[in-house]
Amino acid sequence: MDVRPGYFDEMYGDGSALRAPYRQYEEWFAREDPRRLLKKSADAEALFRRTGITFNVYGSEEGDERLIPFDIVPRIIAAREWARLERGIEQRVRAINAFLHDIYHRQEILRAGRIPKEVIADNDAFLPEMIGFTPPGGVYTHIVGIDLVRTDDNDFYVLEDNARTPSGVSYMLENRETMLQMFPELFTRSRVRPVSEYPRDLRSSLAATAPVRTSGRPLVAVLTPGIHNSAYFEHAFLADQMGAELVEGHDLSVVDGRIAMRTTEGPEPIDVLYRRVDDDYLDPLTFNPSSLLGVPGVMDVYRSGGITIANAPGTGIADDKAVYSYMPEIIDFYTGEKPLLQNVPTWRCSEPDSLAYVLDHLSELVVKEVHGSGGYGMLVGPAASKREISRFTRKLKASPANYIAQPTLALSTVPILTRNGLAPRHVDLRPFALVSPNTIRITPGGLTRVAMKRGSLVVNSSQGGGTKDTWVMED
Amino acid sequence: MLGRTAGGLYWMFRHLERSENTARLIEAGMRIALTRSDDVEKEWKSVVTTAGQKDAFLERHERFDQANVIDFLLRDRTNPSSVRSVIESARSNAREVRTALTREVWEATNDTWLTVRDTLARPVLDRELPDVLAVIRRESALVRGALHGTMLRNDIYNFARIGTFMERADNTARILDVKYYVLLPSASYVGTSLDNVQWETILRSVSAQRAYRWRSAGDASAMGIADFLILDQQLPRSLVFCYRKIDENLGYLASDYGEHHRCHELSHDLLLRLTGRNIESIFEDGLHEFLGDCIRATNTLGHAIERDYRFTA
Amino acid sequence: MQLSIAHTTTYRYASPVRSGLQELRLRPRNGANQTVASWELTLEGAEHQLSFDDHYGNRVDLVSLTPGTTEIQVRAQGVVDTLDTAGVAARHVGHTPMWFYLRSTERTEVGRGVRGFCEQVQTEDDDVNRLHALSGAIRDGVAYRPGESHVASTAEEAIEVGAGVCQDHAHVFIAAARHLGHPARYVSGYLLMGNTVEQDATHAWAEAWIDGLGWVGFDVSNGISPDERYVRVATGLDYRAAAPIRGVTYGAGDESLEVELQVQVGTGGQQ
Repeated sequence: MDVRPGYFDEMYGDGSALRAPYRQYEEWFAREDPRRLLKKSADAEALFRRTGITFNVYGSEEGDERLIPFDIVPRIIAAREWARLERGIEQRVRAINAFLHDIYHRQEILRAGRIPKEVIADNDAFLPEMIGFTPPGGVYTHIVGIDLVRTDDNDFYVLEDNARTPSGVSYMLENRETMLQMFPELFTRSRVRPVSEYPRDLRSSLAATAPVRTSGRPLVAVLTPGIHNSAYFEHAFLADQMGAELVEGHDLSVVDGRIAMRTTEGPEPIDVLYRRVDDDYLDPLTFNPSSLLGVPGVMDVYRSGGITIANAPGTGIADDKAVYSYMPEIIDFYTGEKPLLQNVPTWRCSEPDSLAYVLDHLSELVVKEVHGSGGYGMLVGPAASKREISRFTRKLKASPANYIAQPTLALSTVPILTRNGLAPRHVDLRPFALVSPNTIRITPGGLTRVAMKRGSLVVNSSQGGGTKDTWVMED
Repeated sequence: MLGRTAGGLYWMFRHLERSENTARLIEAGMRIALTRSDDVEKEWKSVVTTAGQKDAFLERHERFDQANVIDFLLRDRTNPSSVRSVIESARSNAREVRTALTREVWEATNDTWLTVRDTLARPVLDRELPDVLAVIRRESALVRGALHGTMLRNDIYNFARIGTFMERADNTARILDVKYYVLLPSASYVGTSLDNVQWETILRSVSAQRAYRWRSAGDASAMGIADFLILDQQLPRSLVFCYRKIDENLGYLASDYGEHHRCHELSHDLLLRLTGRNIESIFEDGLHEFLGDCIRATNTLGHAIERDYRFTA
Repeated sequence: MQLSIAHTTTYRYASPVRSGLQELRLRPRNGANQTVASWELTLEGAEHQLSFDDHYGNRVDLVSLTPGTTEIQVRAQGVVDTLDTAGVAARHVGHTPMWFYLRSTERTEVGRGVRGFCEQVQTEDDDVNRLHALSGAIRDGVAYRPGESHVASTAEEAIEVGAGVCQDHAHVFIAAARHLGHPARYVSGYLLMGNTVEQDATHAWAEAWIDGLGWVGFDVSNGISPDERYVRVATGLDYRAAAPIRGVTYGAGDESLEVELQVQVGTGGQQ
């Protein structure tokens, strides 16, 4: 395979030699008939469609459910590399929770002048209703997904911290399941760390944050917006795997000061609500009154100590792109340590000098909206047309504080299987961390997203990205 | 179990049952169309009426011609009871209650949806129709098979079964009610080919032509057919059979949950109405009135089940 | 001064309620100016679900409407001992930062009208004087006249009409104070009036934060700072946040509201 010049390939490095973590896999691969592998790959797709591992596409025709393309070449991470990432993620997740507690209490970090007050005060992601309230067990982000990219042998960067309701973990689990079924022989020759503990860990870490007054085994429920939500498959999958109830807003109501679900035998109170509904839609009584997805009164029950909401409302302030640029400060302030994982250098367009630089270098930079996700309100300079650049110039000048800019990173590649053999494609990595009052557990690996189009740097599934199984090797 | 889940299971199986019943109705209608040239439209009209969609049909079409009826009943998305619509609904219900289903039942349902969606993507040609109808019936049977073979016999199963038999009872009562006049002694010209064809259609609509021959030893009569479809204890589509199954499954729920509801009384009453009756007395009191009562009572029972088991808020 | 209060709110619905939740902010708390001797909430047609402290430090009671009811009644009743603190209500309690009280809301959006009042008082260089001047200017510009505004009126709308009630006065004051850089908040509460026990409605005024003093009250409608005749019940960024009763009701159709309020000196027969 020819690597892309100028980009680090995780299997072949700069193209001169096979990298160590891939040695066993490559041996196996070399002996396989490519036609058999392509057939397996088609089988995997048929299996995904049959089992309904699909996502709904917003705004498309009714019944239009798509598969996220799955590539059968695993992304392999050495034990030593993972150990480093794991420490870095844990540090970050600890800092995020400390930051959230502080920002909703004394705001020492603002008093200390480490973050300008405006970054919080003018931020819609800051949720006043959370001021002065401490979630059960002190945990704000029960589940965090940290998006990482790699640029060479040694350098990993954090692209984004997903502290609200990170998705994708079902693909991590199903991808592994599929690989185990299709290529069992691979797992007998290589010692790959399992990921299958995730649902159990999720359940126990959610249960560990149940309200104090809970007696017996806490009742955990997953709140979904319903079958038309793009991630519905994941909601059902996780509820199923955890042995939790899958509920919708209209199944729930306030009964005896708690949130109870409507069962065939009457109301039954819930202890922990793993909600996959955004803050804004969570409670029409407190937030968006037109929301039909939420549960009226759930915020009041929460604030009176009657239920745990995971992740806590208001955690969006921690993964906001404007706050992201202060993450090194945040880590230093709360842990007293230097960040183990690097932030991508970020220009805050709210600062005049930065704005001037960004406007001068638009064709080299990636510009992102401060409150946004999914890669929509984004400019990828090197790939943008003149027209797009001038459109963004206008936007930036009109409201600079809404934007940040970052250099275009040379995302690493991992080979995918094509009809012409292996071909390099750009990837990122989303490991998942589970937070409970006493521990932070990080599932070895995570979700590798891969841009299936040649040369593309956009890995989002909404823009045609695919996924891979991610292997973390035992020592 | 969530009330919504109970409702989802109930409706999932009602929808699946309906897809199969509609396929059977079309099959029977086709049969008449092939064997008789006069009054074909009248026959198709009665098929649409049995499916409970006469008004909706007339909003879209002026005449009950074959192509329109078949397309309306199989493919029309504006018809909530078309096979395509009910399979979509059944699959949505299944998605909603996915955590209550075994992998086999879910996959069979998803597979049904994928197959039917592809099969009905384009208008169905006359020559393809038999195969298409066979596919629809087979797919629904696959889900039922997965249900029987893999599900625990618990409340989940009970709600699925109740949905199936509620739909089936309603369907059988409707088939008879739309055709009741051909079964009336006063209107029957025993032995004429006309009635034989009509009776055959009725039996065919519930897949009971062979069973009836076994039972009656070839001696077809209007009263015999009505007796068979209403009171036979062994025919899985007779009214009494459906009502007994509903009553049994509601009974399991009552003992599981330790709670008796209004639906249990209603179901019991409905069953009592049929047990100990003979067909002569039903004809005496008026077959049409009797069937009308059954349809209304089934409907009332359905509402009671929904309320008692909290399907909706 | 000992004040005895009986405050009854009745909602009547056109059709039976399917479900509903109401947040009540009807519990006065102890503070520099007041000590609650006794207080009680009673409900009809609704059940108490829970209580909690919101981010303003208000004690909130959540009640659910009894399904099928066509009328609910909320009765708040008790005795409060008050002091005249010359309008200085309190030091700041809780974690809500001062910058939060500079946020504008839909009802306190700044427009031409509010800016006009700000310009009138800009020359005052002392905070206290400036805010008293502001209160006076608003009282001159927006006459106290019931019936000209409604519960959803904004500060700018009231200025445009040139009239309003205590709620509108408070909103205009808050909007202007914030525009001048003073953290400000809305206060809902009770006021003992001259010669009458029966009152038409609860009262509302504003508080502004003044460094060195704390939260200072300004009752624009009466042109004074609150004294011992005032009982503070709830605070918030605006009326919506501090409203005595606020919630959602499903399936009730049109609703009508009736308020009965008695404020009098002494225990009023209450223990």
